Amino acid sequence: MIKDVTLGQYFPGKSIIHKLDPRVKVLLTLVNIVFIFIAGNFSSLGLMTVFTLVAMLLSGVPFTRYIRSIRGVLFIVLFTSILNLFYGGGTVLVKWGFIQITTGGIRNAIFIAVRIVVLILMSSILTYTTSPTQLTDALERLMKPLKIFRIKVHEIAMMMTIALRFVPTLLEETDKIMSAQKARGADLESGGIISRVKALIPVLIPLFVSSFRRAYDLAMAMECRCYNGGKGRTKMKVLHITAKDIITFLITVAVCVGVVLLNIFVVENFLI
Amino acid sequence: MNVIETKNLTYTYGAGTPFSKTAIEDVNIAIKKGEFIGLIGHTGSGKSTLIQQLNGLLRPTSGTVLLNGKDIWEKKKEIRKVRFQVGMVFQYPEYQLFEDTVIKDIGFGPRNMGLSQDEVNQRVMQVVDFVGLDHALLEKSPFDLSGGEKRRAAIAGVIAMDPDVLVLDEPTAGLDPQGRDHLLSQIKAYHQQRQNTVILVSHSMEDIARVADRVLVMNESKVFLFDETAKVFFHAKELEQIGLRVPQVTKIMMKLHENGYPVDPAVFTLDQAVKEILPLVQRGAAND
Ligand SMILES: Nc1ncnc2c1ncn2[C@@H]1O[C@H](COP(=O)(O)OP(=O)(O)OP(=O)(O)O)[C@@H](O)[C@H]1O
Ligand SMILES: [Mg+2]
Repeated sequence: MIKDVTLGQYFPGKSIIHKLDPRVKVLLTLVNIVFIFIAGNFSSLGLMTVFTLVAMLLSGVPFTRYIRSIRGVLFIVLFTSILNLFYGGGTVLVKWGFIQITTGGIRNAIFIAVRIVVLILMSSILTYTTSPTQLTDALERLMKPLKIFRIKVHEIAMMMTIALRFVPTLLEETDKIMSAQKARGADLESGGIISRVKALIPVLIPLFVSSFRRAYDLAMAMECRCYNGGKGRTKMKVLHITAKDIITFLITVAVCVGVVLLNIFVVENFLI
Repeated sequence: MNVIETKNLTYTYGAGTPFSKTAIEDVNIAIKKGEFIGLIGHTGSGKSTLIQQLNGLLRPTSGTVLLNGKDIWEKKKEIRKVRFQVGMVFQYPEYQLFEDTVIKDIGFGPRNMGLSQDEVNQRVMQVVDFVGLDHALLEKSPFDLSGGEKRRAAIAGVIAMDPDVLVLDEPTAGLDPQGRDHLLSQIKAYHQQRQNTVILVSHSMEDIARVADRVLVMNESKVFLFDETAKVFFHAKELEQIGLRVPQVTKIMMKLHENGYPVDPAVFTLDQAVKEILPLVQRGAAND
């Protein structure tokens, strides 16, 4: 069924990670991603990997979920790491024309693969433990300084919230319309590419029509409740920084310092 | 001969995820050819899920659905044929309209069946009269019709496939009382003329009582009762316990019966009630 496509990946829960302030989570995730890139050797990357794994454990989201998120990008991981196989110095292991695989190449390939996987896992923790509304809320707060450039931060956030809010609705509606047309014998599953695209017309037209109707209704409803943009608007759920957030922040800083120190002081001499 | 039979039919939405929800559980029903079945149940009891099993839109998690004695999922490729045999009108079917004219939209099903243009036209004309759609509307865009007209056009689109079994999911929802009665009468007339099987899902006991031979009551994913209409309403107490209301007339007749008047309590239409009460009143007048 079409609903199985996970767009909003949020996995409801009550873990520590779920309870962190979304702004802090967004910021720290960004910091961590940067430091996954800064990590220049296996020791520092190892530290980031352990840190990510601990966060995954704490999030209470089943590991199968995380594996699924990696599976989606497995091709990219393999592709980049195979490309890297052919670059790098060290002892030549296999030589085939101008292509050669070296120990350095193998090292690079493994390193890149681990780096991308940890990267994906780190961002998955954010999307799995933060609901889309929390996420836009956090983004709105974090982007507030952009107001001085006359960027309409609130409006952008509102648009994102509405779009996210209607993704499940639209999926459900698509499902219903598809069922209704299938019940009239529409064949959505077989045939070549052209006949398949054609077969989508009976689904897309009603979907567009109802989306426009919905947008119109929503605009009307918002106007009726005197919505006029972000000016002077207060929040129903005010975000608060708590001790948890500060502790998490400090731990992250410690890990980042650790990454820098490991980068500088550990010299790795295997597979070079 | 049973047109439709289900055996230990169970369906779970999102099986294997934290959101999994068993919507129907161990449903065993048999529906004979030519019957008019009313399907009723509290909201969320699994009615829509059950009927979507019958034409293969949802595949059972376990159990089987038999159409004319054959498992509909025996050959996966042939499931489209099942959908022509078991026509399904969804809740708020007007949202399925998409063609540029009403006539083309009604012909969508028959065209999918691979019928010739002449046959398609012939069928469309037949069903247009059946559902009482004005011929002047046929060349209009379906999006320009009124709500009630759209509903009729959408129902016509399913009837045009001439299914052996017609399933309607709350076809009268959102119509005014007059439009509701009218549509219901037309469905009944359709059933009598074509002699085919009809399954009508409804929230209204009054509606079901008017048209159904047998009533299937669902409660919390399970079959609660499946019996002749008169017998089902006899269980007024149990029905009320699961949040369903028996028709007003039946309630009155039951009260009268309780208070010692010689009337049949299992009466569920106004006409029957009049037949029961009128003699009493006349006798009363004669005695005075
Ligand atoms: N697509 C779906 N995904 C997950 N759960 C669903 C889905 N559709 C229905 N359900 C759940 O299955 C249960 C039965 O739903 P169903 O639509 O069959 O009820 P219904 O009897 O038709 O109700 P109503 O009278 O409101 O139409 C409900 O609890 C509902 O939440
Ligand atoms: Mg329903």
